[in-house]
Amino acid sequence: MKDTMSTSITAAAAPLLQVADLSIRINTPKGLVRPVDSVSFSLASGRTLGIVGESGCGKSMLCRALIRLLPAGGHITRNAKVHFNGVDMGALSEKSLRLIRGRDMAMVFQNPMTALNPVMRVGKQIGENLRLHTATARKAVRDATVNCLHQVGMVHPDRYVDCYPHQLSGGMRQRVAIAMALCCRPQLLIADEPTTALDVTVQAEILRRFNRLQGESGMAIILITHNLAIAANHTDEVAVMYGGKIVEHAPTGVLFSRMRHPYTRSLMDAVPRLDAVAGEPFLTIEGQPPDLSNPPAGCCFADRCRYARPLCRRAAPPLTCSNNDYHRFACFFPLEEGEG
Amino acid sequence: MISRLLTFWMPLTWLLFVTICAITAGWLPLPAPDIMDYDHQNASPGTMVIMPKETTAEAVPGARNQVYWLGTDSMGRDMLSRIIIGARVSLTVGGTAPLIGLVIGGLLGLVAGYFRGFTESIIIGCMDVILAFPGLVLLLAMGFYFGTNLWTLILSLGFLSIPAFCRVSRAVTLQLANREFVLAAKMIGCTNCSIMVREILPNIAIPLCVYGLIIMALMIVVEGVLSFLGLSVPPPTPSWGGMIAAGREVLGEAPHVCLIPAAVLFLTVLSLNILGDTLRGWARPL
Repeated sequence: MKDTMSTSITAAAAPLLQVADLSIRINTPKGLVRPVDSVSFSLASGRTLGIVGESGCGKSMLCRALIRLLPAGGHITRNAKVHFNGVDMGALSEKSLRLIRGRDMAMVFQNPMTALNPVMRVGKQIGENLRLHTATARKAVRDATVNCLHQVGMVHPDRYVDCYPHQLSGGMRQRVAIAMALCCRPQLLIADEPTTALDVTVQAEILRRFNRLQGESGMAIILITHNLAIAANHTDEVAVMYGGKIVEHAPTGVLFSRMRHPYTRSLMDAVPRLDAVAGEPFLTIEGQPPDLSNPPAGCCFADRCRYARPLCRRAAPPLTCSNNDYHRFACFFPLEEGEG
Repeated sequence: MISRLLTFWMPLTWLLFVTICAITAGWLPLPAPDIMDYDHQNASPGTMVIMPKETTAEAVPGARNQVYWLGTDSMGRDMLSRIIIGARVSLTVGGTAPLIGLVIGGLLGLVAGYFRGFTESIIIGCMDVILAFPGLVLLLAMGFYFGTNLWTLILSLGFLSIPAFCRVSRAVTLQLANREFVLAAKMIGCTNCSIMVREILPNIAIPLCVYGLIIMALMIVVEGVLSFLGLSVPPPTPSWGGMIAAGREVLGEAPHVCLIPAAVLFLTVLSLNILGDTLRGWARPL
């Protein structure tokens, strides 16, 4: 646990990022898809929000919507409100958005193999961000770039600035991608599974470095992951997404010790354990995630839920706030407090 | 090693040899390509002409002994000289016409593949119109209005090669535009224009140039074919296609007049194709 369990989200005065009722619609040949549906949350400076969930639950789309870079055919519904630093992102022109991207809000992608341009020297790729957003003089860009690489833990950065991406290992490439995102000291870093493609030792090192940079500059981090161990160790609060909705959202300690939503419980149970009996099959969640182009009328998880009752299939449960610890969950029949 | 010699070094050497000959033709000790020697028509390769001594009555002032290394054509003109000068036409057409197509088609394809939607429909629609338009009619019309000369030919062929490059460029751009580094560039606030020029263009340049080599081979063949129809450079300027067309008439008694330029054309086109294929294989892992 990064912070003490008692830390409450409501303590922060004016949150850096406020998201209310964010929904995304994408027109596809198969029909209208809703990858993200009425998502609301807020995030204060200096804090880390983990977003966990299965593949295709809308985690990445949510992030791309925050930075307003949806794929072609996708749009954010009109009633959505995204306030960043007190500014309504929906009202900004494309030009103002370009100023914010990279400078105030930055993103790290999952796959370092494709996140870098294969025909551009890595130093130049980082320098481009500096050149666009800071008043760094042309001659100083190289030094600033070396400095950035040094900060993300690259050994001998001056030796690697002039390399092409294919000359670097996966871990080094991801460091370059992270340096690209961090070089302008953003207030919000969106990390979309930043360590999935890396081996475990590099993973831990990079996440520790995120937390350290966060301590120095007070930036907020949204950490998308499907690794629950990472979420438990490197976040302040965790939102569990399922079928485009946040189904449970709580401070990390609370979520992992006193989860209320059956889906969160199933996710935890599906984590393979070292102490499991050899040969015993892994626990999985039966069934398929809902079809987002044709979502069910009731709770998205009802079809796969052990505790589902008729009400669950008729009406969608609202995301309600329990009275203690800012613990939100969307379930009519939540698990008992001690059950987790 | 042997395979690399065959698929890379040999074609490259031949192409360099032809290019250097074409460039330095003016300094080589060759007779002019339009001097006719009526005493030696259809002379076979290696014919040696020994001029009478200057003291004798038949002496021509300034004439020297010479060897027709590749023989002469039906008008007694030196084949070697004509092939080397003819290389200029073939290489100019082969080099310039694809370049026009590469630059215009490549940029149009880049824009179409990057922006998609309406822009793409318009550009692809225009390309389909060009593809559906009979090329020969365009060439005849251009030749009629502007006269059959090298530049008309190059402009027409260049125009006709635009769709091919546009398609390649669009296909590669479509692949690249979905890569995360383009999203990353958008994310740091680059404009569309700078993304296209700085991020995507360097990536599509190599596949386009390699494709250009193959189109170059095609253009050289097309120039040869058009010579048969009188749509290439007008005589007496030699071109490979024109020489093959002229040699056809004496194929029976002097096959070398037709076959030597045909062999040179064949080797050049083959070299370009092999080289193009090899480079395409090398460029792919990018």
